[in-house]
Amino acid sequence: MTIAVVTFPGSNCDRDCHHAVTEGLSGQTLAAWHKDPELPAGTSAVILPGGFSYGDYLRCGAMAALSPIMGAVRRFIDAGGPVLGICNGFQILCEARILPGALLNNKDGLFHCQDAELEVTAGGKGLLLGFDRRQRVVLPIAHGDGNYFADDATLDALEQDDRVAFRYVDRDSAGHGSVNGSRRGIAGIIGGPSRNVVGLMPHPERRSGAHLGGSDGLRLLRGLVEGAR
Amino acid sequence: MRARVTVRLKSAVLDPQGEAIERALLGLGFQGVQNVRVGRIVELDVDGDETVVQGQLSSMADKLLANPVIEDYAVEILR
Repeated sequence: MTIAVVTFPGSNCDRDCHHAVTEGLSGQTLAAWHKDPELPAGTSAVILPGGFSYGDYLRCGAMAALSPIMGAVRRFIDAGGPVLGICNGFQILCEARILPGALLNNKDGLFHCQDAELEVTAGGKGLLLGFDRRQRVVLPIAHGDGNYFADDATLDALEQDDRVAFRYVDRDSAGHGSVNGSRRGIAGIIGGPSRNVVGLMPHPERRSGAHLGGSDGLRLLRGLVEGAR
Repeated sequence: MRARVTVRLKSAVLDPQGEAIERALLGLGFQGVQNVRVGRIVELDVDGDETVVQGQLSSMADKLLANPVIEDYAVEILR
């Protein structure tokens, strides 16, 4: 099981993802560069990591979504390959229209770097195999543009298809995530032809061992390796 | 020719940046200011005849300059 971690210009969580997989899961990783036309030979799963690809210029993830590697990532997804987009990686998947919706500026205009309590709303299967159904976990967030937005029809479809992966527990009276305004408190969603793509704003790689305050993030990384078969 | 693509958030989309600017304007003493929205202008030189360029600009906006999930755009040729 070999996970390819893609580095775009400005990605800064790629090394943490390599570390979490190799140290936390005793797994293997390969590095992929955004200009590569193909994923590395032997890739079984892909991570699009967090960071500030292209400096968040134009829109977060907008230009990374057009990188040559994304053609290979699309083909990998179409063939059922499991892909995890973390933070900027989630933004890239939305800009690439692989996942629906968009990530807007946080409601209060501030960058939030803090723990977020999440409800795993579609746990127990697929990439979320490592979680119990409706398990609560705490994962750190670190973003200025994590405010998930989609129109009501899209949000209804996500909920009806059980494709909301993570929801912020702390929600305002309108049901939006308190920390950033995300519609319906959505912190992460599931997509792809066989539910093989997950995008989320929180950082599982930053909670991948006792030295990082807990291992709940490994549940998602393990699911990436084992769950999308 | 010189062209301009103006990108704006759709009206249904929250604009926290606009809200922060609105508060700052009111703080400066300007009164009766509401509904501040921030957009983006991209100006560029493009070769070709006007009809072709118009089509190309729309295509550029559709593919990169605007995100249709959250933004609308307008294209104009500057003279």
